[in-house]
This record gives sequence, structure tokens and C-alpha cells, in this order.
Amino acid sequence: MSSEGHCRCTQIEEESLYTELEKILEGHKGRGKDLIIVLHKAQGLFGYLPRKALEMIALELDVSINEVLGVVTFYNFFSTQPTGRNSIKVCLGTACYVRGGPGVLKQAEKDLGIKDGETTGDRRFSLGVVRCIGACGLAPAMIVNNDVYGRVKTTKIMEILEKYE
Amino acid sequence: MVRLTIDGQNVEIEEGKTILEAALKANIHIPTLCYLPEVQAIGACRVCLVEIEGNKNLQAACVSPVSTGIKVYTNTERVRKARRFSVEMLLSNHPFECLTCPKNLHCELQSLANELGITDVRFKGEKSSGRIDESSPSIRRDQSKCILCRRCITVCKEIQTVTALFAQGRGFDTKVEPAFNRDLGEVACTNCGQCSIVCPVGAITENEDIDGVWEALADPDKFVVIQDAPAVRAALGEEFGLPPGTLVTGKMLSAARMLGFDRVFDTNFAADLTIIEEGSELLKRLREGGVLPLITSCSPGWIKFIEHFYPEMLPNLSTCKSPHQMLGALTKTYFAEKMGIDPEKIVVVSVMPCTAKKFECERPEMRSSGYKDVDYVLTTREFAKMIKQAGIDFVNLPDGHYDDPLGEYTGAATIFGATGGVMEAALRTAYELATGMVLESVEFTSVRGLEGIKEATIPVEGIGDVRVAVAHGLGNARRLLNRIKEGRGDYHFIEIMACPGGCVGGGGQPIPVNNEIRLKRASALYAEDRALKFRKSHENPSIKKIYEDFLGKPLGEKSHKLLHTKYTARSRF
Repeated sequence: MSSEGHCRCTQIEEESLYTELEKILEGHKGRGKDLIIVLHKAQGLFGYLPRKALEMIALELDVSINEVLGVVTFYNFFSTQPTGRNSIKVCLGTACYVRGGPGVLKQAEKDLGIKDGETTGDRRFSLGVVRCIGACGLAPAMIVNNDVYGRVKTTKIMEILEKYE
Repeated sequence: MVRLTIDGQNVEIEEGKTILEAALKANIHIPTLCYLPEVQAIGACRVCLVEIEGNKNLQAACVSPVSTGIKVYTNTERVRKARRFSVEMLLSNHPFECLTCPKNLHCELQSLANELGITDVRFKGEKSSGRIDESSPSIRRDQSKCILCRRCITVCKEIQTVTALFAQGRGFDTKVEPAFNRDLGEVACTNCGQCSIVCPVGAITENEDIDGVWEALADPDKFVVIQDAPAVRAALGEEFGLPPGTLVTGKMLSAARMLGFDRVFDTNFAADLTIIEEGSELLKRLREGGVLPLITSCSPGWIKFIEHFYPEMLPNLSTCKSPHQMLGALTKTYFAEKMGIDPEKIVVVSVMPCTAKKFECERPEMRSSGYKDVDYVLTTREFAKMIKQAGIDFVNLPDGHYDDPLGEYTGAATIFGATGGVMEAALRTAYELATGMVLESVEFTSVRGLEGIKEATIPVEGIGDVRVAVAHGLGNARRLLNRIKEGRGDYHFIEIMACPGGCVGGGGQPIPVNNEIRLKRASALYAEDRALKFRKSHENPSIKKIYEDFLGKPLGEKSHKLLHTKYTARSRF
């Protein structure tokens, strides 16, 4: 698909999501303590936290935008960059690290043409790192969305990813 | 009461107090860094560690409550090593630029390293990257020097309710800055400078203007005029080792003359003028049904706050400029005409307890003389630096005098520097202007002191009861404004100062500032007020003269042009 066409369609989709966000914000007016809950919901809605959404949240909850971003940038879960439809997490916990995790990450970066923390231009994949997923016996491990892959071979990464649209 | 021992000494202290407070009571010094009384106790820096018998780990004294029977040790080998370790870790990524740092010899980290006997840093690691942000005319940030103590965040969020800064990111990459990597000059910062008062290192300081002032003084073609704000004379002495609360008006004026200024005026003159203009504005609004409550406009930190956060209330503000801007405008018009000096050659330097006034003098509205009305604003701290650079023996200076025609002042003007002072000064004049009667008791003590929001009702014949309120510190200002918006406060006149304690606690004042020091500085001003011949602004002979010779009448055409201003609604982001 042409990336141009895709972008415009995403933009239109995103615009309609702000009405949804307004609904989420109802009942949180002036309630700064609800910040993390609201950020969670907003991220679920947009897939990431666009600046405009963050500003709406700051105004409605009566929290400074600077504090809102402080919270967003502290927690790994939150992202201010658009994320892909599919999330790839390469495990770099101790066991995976010694059994070739860094090589898996390097190959995935090469195959997708993006770095750790980035998203492909077509928004198909986001690539990230986790520190141990408790699958040490399967090291090196990788998660795509909710699926865990063990004993990942660098030559097989693209084969795994092809299943995800 | 709780009984405990510290280093073998019996200490008795109220329940709920911390080990640090108990040690202080027993005259035992525990070093601290992120801790700051009246601001924060978070136990983050691990410098105030102490050993408690039977406790496996060392505890941070600033957040550990006392309990009966505990045995605390503050000076064991283990404690000394642990404290040193904490500070060495901070130093391992700190730039060693002490000799050229604006906080050299005033840096708490530097003193601490010295106190703990650190002569070598064992850890050689990555240095924090960080940029210098000079986008704000008031505040300079050098992120590479930040030790993440969070004092600035706490003062900005909890006390000022502005939160222009916050910790962004996590771990080694944490930066204290506005959202989206923006500069301080672009965001909703009020420039109050309270962050620069609490920063223990050189990460947040005022944006210095000393070099520009030296240049002007060295230029034979320039006619350089200085003016000092009321709160400066109550604090400047501290920079030279005098105790807080020492009034140094005479020495300050002498020092200014020795530095080579061509005229030594006094912002207090313009404070008296402010009272005439603002008092007239109040009476006009009361009589003609104008927007009430009228709110004072002397504090540029407060002005920027209302512009960002309560723009719908801008019509409540007095249109009076802050006193030093009035004096700047008059210097380049009235004084220039009188002396036959080309105003283009005049350079006006304001010595202020304030960082926000550096931003204020850059505002486009502040050019009513046809030139920049005030060219440079120096903080009290910068002025002290200049006096030191000039080799002046400040403490032994004889008392000097201000120059005419913009120097003479009354007691009403000098109390502008303390919270409630503008209100009290305005009441002294407004009462007499409204009733035509002589006010016998000039001291309105109900608006003095450090209570966050103060209220009073003054019966004024012919007008009725005048209800007033005073707030200092922007958190208190916010509470007061919310009270008004919710219809819970029906006031006629309100004084607001951005800094806790008013200008005596201003962001440009000598460090440290705490409530005890705020009160001592304020009492120095009240003492000066009591000692002055004239204590009501409208009795100032030079004020009477400037209306006769130049201004005409209060709120008149010339006043409107030179002494009044307008405001701009700004974004909350």
C-alpha cells in the first residue's frame, strides 16, 4: 500500500478518537490523582499518546503538562510515538542475554530497518526490549503481541514475523 | 514526648519529629543535601544517613521518625563511609567547573565535599549530558550540573503551583525540564526564581546581567542611573556576613555611588507614586462601579501567573506598572527633560530582589518613554557580586543618600518589600483621600505576617466597609483566586506577591531564604517605616512636586502613558 494513503487514513481515524477521549475524561475533571489510569485508557485508545491528547488530559485533570510528560516518560509502557499494529519485544534478561539475545535484537533491527524503540513506516511493527519475561529455559526469547517464541534463531526472525499483518 | 539517644546523648522531642530534627535540637550536625526545611524531606540523596542500633541498614535522618529508646549514631566509620560514597557518586558525573561556576563558594555540593573530606573521586563514569538553557531572560539552567535533588520541582509544584519543571525520563537519563524538551522561556514559567533560591548547585541561577552594567558604567557617553527596590536594603547585608534583618539602606546607596552610577535614585519613590495611582484607581472603581476586586500589579511573577492561568481575571488587575518600571519611564522623560540629557544616552539599572523583573523589563509594553524604560535588572545577589568585584568594603561604608528628584520616599513605600505592605500603604493613602480625614493609627497589623491568606475589613466613611485580602506565594494566590471564582470571597481590594513572604523572600535575594529570615527582613523594613518622617505616600514632597511639575493629576493623560500598562492572555502550556 502507498504510505501516503495510509497516513491520511490514520489521521482521519485519529481525529475521531478525540471524541472518545473526551468521553474517557468525563468524571476525571480536576482529579490529578487519576492521571495514570487516564493515560492507560488514552494509550489503549490511540495506541500511543499524541501530544494533543496529552494536552487535553493535562487541562481536564488540572495537572501541569510538564508533570504529565514526567509520568509518561518515566514508565516504559507509555509511548509518545505512534506504535505499530504488532509489538515485538526481544528479551535481554540475563539468560537471554548470554544465550544470544543481543544478536536477535541486532538481526531484527536489520530485518525491519528500525532501531530499538522505533516503529516501521507502515506501522506494521514496533520493536522493543524487555528485561526477562520468565522464559529463561527458552532463551533467547522474543514476544510478538501475546505470543512467546523460544530458542529464536536469527535466520528465522522474518519467518516468524510474516504471520503478523 | 519521645526519648532517644544520639551519639550517647539523651534527647527528648515531640512525637512525629525526625531524627534529623532531634539531632539539631541536641546541637549535632548531620549533613544534608536534598533536604530543605519548609520545602522538602524525601530522603533521596542518601547524605544524611545515620546508624540506628539493631537496624540492618543505615537510615536517612531527614525522613526517619524518632521513636522511644532508639540509639542513633551519626559519626561512625560506617556512616562516614556511606555518606562519602553517596557524595562521590554525585560527583562522579558532575562537571568539575567549580572555579567558573556562578555558584562557586555558594554551592552546597562543594561545601559538602569539603565537609566530608572528599579529596578524590574514585568513580570515573559517564558525565550527564545536558544543555544550557538561556531562553528565559530571568533564569539560566545548566543541566549538566543538576544533581536531581528535586528541590526546584517541589518548590515550583507544591509552593508555587506552577510546575514549569518536572523530572522527565528515568535513571541516568533523567532531566529536570519542561515537557517536550522545551526551553523555560517558551513555557508557562512565571520567572519567580524560587527554583534558583533552592537549587543547591549551579544548575539554576539567575540570567546574569552584570557585564552589561559594567560596560555601561565604563562608557563615558552613557548617563547611568541606578534604583534599588525596598526589599534589597533588608537583605543585601547578608551577602557581606551581616545577620539577616540588618537594614543597610545607607551603605547600599554609598556602594551604588562608589560603583560609578551618575544618579542614585530609589524605587521607593516610585512605590509612593504607585500608591497614589493605584489608590486613585481603587477609589474610582469603588465609586464608579468598576471591576472589583482590584488586584495589585507590582509583582511581575504574579502578573505572568495570572496571564497564563487566570486570563479571564486580567480586568481585575490594576493597570499600574510595577514601581521600578514607573521610575525607568520617568527617568527617561521627566528627569531627562529637566536635566537636558538625551534619553538615548541614559541607562537605567534596577537592583531588585526579583528574577521576574528581568523578563518584565524586556516586555514590549515597557517602552513608554520611547526607549527601553529599564535597561538592566540586577538581582540583590548580582549587585553584591558587583560590589565585591569593585573591591568595596561594604560593611564599613558610611551611610550615603539618594539623589533628587526621584529618590525621596516615605515609610509606606519601604514596606512594599514585605507581604501586606502594598495593602497597608494603599490603605493609609486611600483612607485619607476618600474621607479627607487624618488617619491617626497608620499600622494595619492584620495584613502583616506570614499567614498564607490574610483578610481585613476597614470601615471608610463615605464608602462603607472595605474588604481586603493579601496572598503571598503563587499557591496561596491560586487558592485566593479560586475562592473568588467560587463566589466565596467578596473583596474590594487584593494584594498578591508571587514569592512567599513578598519581595523580602524574592527569587533574587541572598540564599538561604526561610520563614525566620523572611520575618527578620520584613521587620527591618517595618523599623525603617517607623523611623521615617513621612509614613503616607501622599505626604511625600517629591511626589507632590512631580504632579505639580510634570504629571498633572493621578490617572491623568501623562500617568496613563507612562505609569500604566496592559496585559496579555497567555497559554497554560
